[in-house]
Amino acid sequence: MRLRWGKNNIAFMVLFLVVVAIGIWIENQYYLQVMTFIGINTLLALGLNMLMGYAGQISLGHAAFYGLGAYTSAILSVHYNVCPWLALLGAVLTVSLIAFVIGMPTLKLSGYYLGMGTLGFGMVVHVLFREWSTLTGGASGFVGIPPLELGPISFLSIRNYFYLVWFILLASMVICRRLIDSRIGRALRSIHDSEHAARAVGVDTENLKLMIFVFSAAMSAVAGFLYAHFVSFISPGSFGFLASIRMVTMVVIGGMASIWGALLGASLLTLLPEWLHAFADYEMVVYGAVLMLVMILLPQGLTRGLMDIYERSRK
Amino acid sequence: MQEFLQYLFSGITNGAIYAVIAVGFSMLYSSTELINFAHGEFVMLGALTLVTLWSGLHLPLVLAFIVTVGIVSFVGFVFERVAVRTVKKPDHIVLVIITVGASIFLRGIGMLLWGKDAYSLPGFSDHQPLDIGGATLLPQSIWIMAIVGAMVLGLYYFFNRTLTGKAMRACAISKRAAWITGIPAGKMVLLAFMMSTGMGGVAGVMIAPITMSSYDMGTILGLKGFCAAMLGGIGSLWGAVIGGFLLGISEAMGVGLISSSLKDAIAFVLLLAVLYVRPGGIVNAGDVQRF
Amino acid sequence: MSTQKLTKNVVLLLCVIFTICLLVSSWAQAASAYKIGGIFAVTGPASFLGDPEKKSMEMAVKAINDRGGIDGHLLETVIYDTEADPTKGVMAVNKLINKDKVLAIIGPSTTPTTLAVINFVERARIPLISCAAGIQITQPVKEWVFKTAQSDVLAVASLYSHLKAAGIQKIGILTVSNAFGESGKHQLEAQACNFGIEIAQAESFGAKDTDMTPQLTKIRKVSPQAVVCWGTNPGPAVVAKNVKQLKMKMPLFMSHGVASPKFIDLAGDAADGICLPSGKILVAGLLPADDLQKEVLIQYIDQFESQYGGKVSGFGGYAFDAVNILAEALKGSGGNRALIRTAIEKIQNHIGVSGIFNFSAAEHNGLGPDAFVVVKIKNNTWELLR
Repeated sequence: MRLRWGKNNIAFMVLFLVVVAIGIWIENQYYLQVMTFIGINTLLALGLNMLMGYAGQISLGHAAFYGLGAYTSAILSVHYNVCPWLALLGAVLTVSLIAFVIGMPTLKLSGYYLGMGTLGFGMVVHVLFREWSTLTGGASGFVGIPPLELGPISFLSIRNYFYLVWFILLASMVICRRLIDSRIGRALRSIHDSEHAARAVGVDTENLKLMIFVFSAAMSAVAGFLYAHFVSFISPGSFGFLASIRMVTMVVIGGMASIWGALLGASLLTLLPEWLHAFADYEMVVYGAVLMLVMILLPQGLTRGLMDIYERSRK
Repeated sequence: MQEFLQYLFSGITNGAIYAVIAVGFSMLYSSTELINFAHGEFVMLGALTLVTLWSGLHLPLVLAFIVTVGIVSFVGFVFERVAVRTVKKPDHIVLVIITVGASIFLRGIGMLLWGKDAYSLPGFSDHQPLDIGGATLLPQSIWIMAIVGAMVLGLYYFFNRTLTGKAMRACAISKRAAWITGIPAGKMVLLAFMMSTGMGGVAGVMIAPITMSSYDMGTILGLKGFCAAMLGGIGSLWGAVIGGFLLGISEAMGVGLISSSLKDAIAFVLLLAVLYVRPGGIVNAGDVQRF
Repeated sequence: MSTQKLTKNVVLLLCVIFTICLLVSSWAQAASAYKIGGIFAVTGPASFLGDPEKKSMEMAVKAINDRGGIDGHLLETVIYDTEADPTKGVMAVNKLINKDKVLAIIGPSTTPTTLAVINFVERARIPLISCAAGIQITQPVKEWVFKTAQSDVLAVASLYSHLKAAGIQKIGILTVSNAFGESGKHQLEAQACNFGIEIAQAESFGAKDTDMTPQLTKIRKVSPQAVVCWGTNPGPAVVAKNVKQLKMKMPLFMSHGVASPKFIDLAGDAADGICLPSGKILVAGLLPADDLQKEVLIQYIDQFESQYGGKVSGFGGYAFDAVNILAEALKGSGGNRALIRTAIEKIQNHIGVSGIFNFSAAEHNGLGPDAFVVVKIKNNTWELLR
C-alpha cells in the first residue's frame, strides 16, 4: 500500500515540476492561455470521470454545474461585491446543494434514463441562465467579472492564472487519488461493477452515488469559477447541451476510471480545434473524423490505448 | 377555445416531427441497445438530399423520396461497417461517443455539400392550411402523421410477423444465443442500422417542407427526438410516438398557457416529472439498461 | 513496468511535444507586410454573419494590395473561425496577438464573443474593430475597441419612427431567444414610449424552432395593429409563413437581421409586404444619384457578387468597412498600434457600406440614424420607403 502511494506521489511530483517549468520557460502568452484552458477542462473531466469512470453513472447535463459555479461566483462578486475567494466558497456550496437536491431523485434512474434525467436538468438550467436576465445578464452574457488577486499576487497575468489553475488541478488530482485508494473508492468501483452485488455486501449505494455526484458537481463548480474570473465574461451558450457532451467525450476519449485519462482527454479536445485551424471549412469534418478514429482504434481511451501500444512495442 | 385548439395543432405538428425522429432512435435501440447520437444528422441528410433532388434537379417527388431514403440508408450502411463494426471492444459508452464524433463529421460534410444557408421547400400537396374550428393545421402535418402511423405499423408487422424481424429481436435479447441458433448477428446489426438511418431519412424528407433545412438542423432535432424516445420508453415504438406527441404538445401548451420564453424548460420539467414517476418511460419499456 | 511510471512517461512525452511545437513554430513573414487579424463566426449559428464578413475582408485586402498596399507595405491577413463561441474567440484573439503578432484585429461577428475578448484586447493594447451590433461594445467607450455594425438602437428608432408615421400605436413583438433578439427586445421596450407605441404582447421563440403559431395566436388575441418580429434567419421566415397560415391581417415588420435576399428565398410568398429597417445596401440601385453612399455600395456589390457569386447582404459590409477604416488609419502609422488607434479616432466622413462614419474619442461606432432606411419587400425584391 505504501509503495503504491509512493509511486503515485512521484507521478504527481513530476507533473508539478513540469508545470513549474512550463510556467517559467514558456514566454508566449497564447500557449500559456491554451494550457490554462486545458487545466480548466481537465478539472471538468476529472470530476466527471470520478462519476462516470469509477461510479459508473452517466451525466449528460454536467455543464449545468460548470455554469452554475461560474454564474454564482460572478453574481456574488459583481452584484453583491463579495470577495472572489468567498464567492468561490459560495459557488461550491450552492452547486453542491443543488447537486444534492437534484441527485436524490435523479440517481434513482439508471442507464440511459439517468443520462436523460441529467440532460433534462442541464436544459432547464440553461434556460434559467438565458431568461433570468436581471440576475445573469441573459443571452447577452455577464460582463465585468473581477479578476483574482491574493494579497500582493495579482492573477491578471496569464502566467499567474496558469499557475493558479494547475495548482488547484494538482491538488484535486491528489484528492481524487486519495479518494480512489480509500475504502470509499473501493466501494465506488464495486458499484460500477455491479450495483446489486455491492448492495448485497452492505455497501450504501444510494448515499455513495449521491456523494460522488455532489463531489463531481463541486469540481465542475470550481472549474466554472476559474473560467469566469479568467475570461471576465460568461454567457449561457458556453454551458449548454453541447458543452455537456464535450465533457463526456473528454472523459471517454481520455480513458474512464483514470485520473490521467482526464488530462489526456481534456488536452486532446482543447488542442485539436486549435491545431485544425488551418483546415478552415474542413475543420468540422476532420474533428469528427479524429474523434471517431481515436475511439475506434483505442476504445479503452487514450491512456490505456497508448500504454497498450507502448507495452506491445516493447515485446 | 380557438386558441387552445391552435396550440394543440401546433403541438401536433411539432409532435409528429419529434415522433417520426424518435421512432428511428427507438428502433435502433430495440435491435442493438445502442443510442445513435448522430441520428439527427441522418435526418438532416434526408432533408437536404430531398432539397437537391426535388427542388434542385426537379425529379418527381416519389422518385426523389425513394432515392433520398436509399442514399441515407447507404450512408448508414457505410457508417456501421466503418465505425461500429470495427470497434474491438464495443462498450456501449464508446459506441455512443463514436456516434457523437460521427454527428460532428456528418455535420461538417453537410456544410461542405450544401453550404451554410438554409433551404425551404413547398409542401407535398398544394392544399391550403386546413381550417378546423377556427384553428389552422398545415396539410404537411397530416402527411407526417400518416407516415409515422405507416412506419410504426410496418415495424410492428416486421418485428412480430416476419422471420427477419424476429431474428433481429433475438439478437437484441442476446447476441450469443441468437448466433448459436444460426442467426447472422452481424448482418442483423447492419440491417438494423440501415433501417434506422433510412427512417431518419424518411423523417428528414417529411419535415423538410415545414422546417427550414440547414446543415445544423440535426442537433436540436436529434436531441428532441432522443428525449421523445426516452420519454415514451426507449426501445418501444409506440412509446416513441406517444413520447413525441407528448413532448410537442407540452411545448406548445407551455408557450400558449404559460410563457414562450420558458418553453424548453417547461417541456423538460415535464420530462423529468414523468421519469421520476415512471423510470422506464411512459410505456415502461422493460428492463432498464445500464450503460 | 508499473502503470504509474508509464503514465508519468506519457505525461513527460506530452510535455516534450509541447516543447517541440514551441521550438518548431516559426513565423516566417515578409518583414515589410502589415499583418492584420480577423476573427469571425465563419461556421456555426452565426455563419450568415461570419462567412460574408470573412469574404469581404479578404476582398477588401486584395483590393488594397492591388493598389500597392499602405505606404508601400502590403497587407497580410490571418483569419480564424470562432464558431460564435466566446471561448474560442478568446483563444483566437490571443493567438492573433501573441503568436501571429498582428497590428490590429477585425471582428468578432457576434456581441457575446466581442464582450469576451474586450478585456484581452484592452490589456494587450491592440485596436479591435468589431462587426457586432451590441450597444455595450462601444458604450461606455473603451479605449481600444471600435465597431462598424449599426447598433440596434438605431434600427429600432428607424422602425419606430416609421410606425409612428403610419399611425400605429399598439403592437405585438416576437423576439428570438439569443443575444440579438434579447438586445432588440430591450431596445423595443425602452424606446416604445418615445414614439407613443404600446407593446401589448411580447413573445419569444427559439432560433431553430419550426412552428411559431402558439406565440402568434397569443399576439393575435390582443388585436395589435402590427406585429414586429426581431430575429435572424431562418426563424423569421417561419414566422412570416405562420402569419400567412393563420391569416393574420395586420402588417408584419422585421429587423435588420433578415436584411438579406436569403430571407425572401426562405419565406417565399409570405415575405410580400413585410417592411424592415436596413442598411442602404439592399436598395443601392434605387438610391437617388446624389446619395453619398451610392457609389461605394454599387462598387462593393459588383465586386462581391462577381468574386463570390450569389446575392450580397449588408453583413459582409461590416468587415469591408472595418478593413477600409483600418487601412486609412494605418497610413503614416508605421505599424505602431497606439498611432493606429489614435488615427481611427480622427476619421471623419468615411463613406462605407454600412453608413457614413464619424469617429471621435467619445464615439467609437461613428454611425448616425441615417445609416438606416426602411425597405419593403414587394414581388420578391426590395423597395425603398424612406
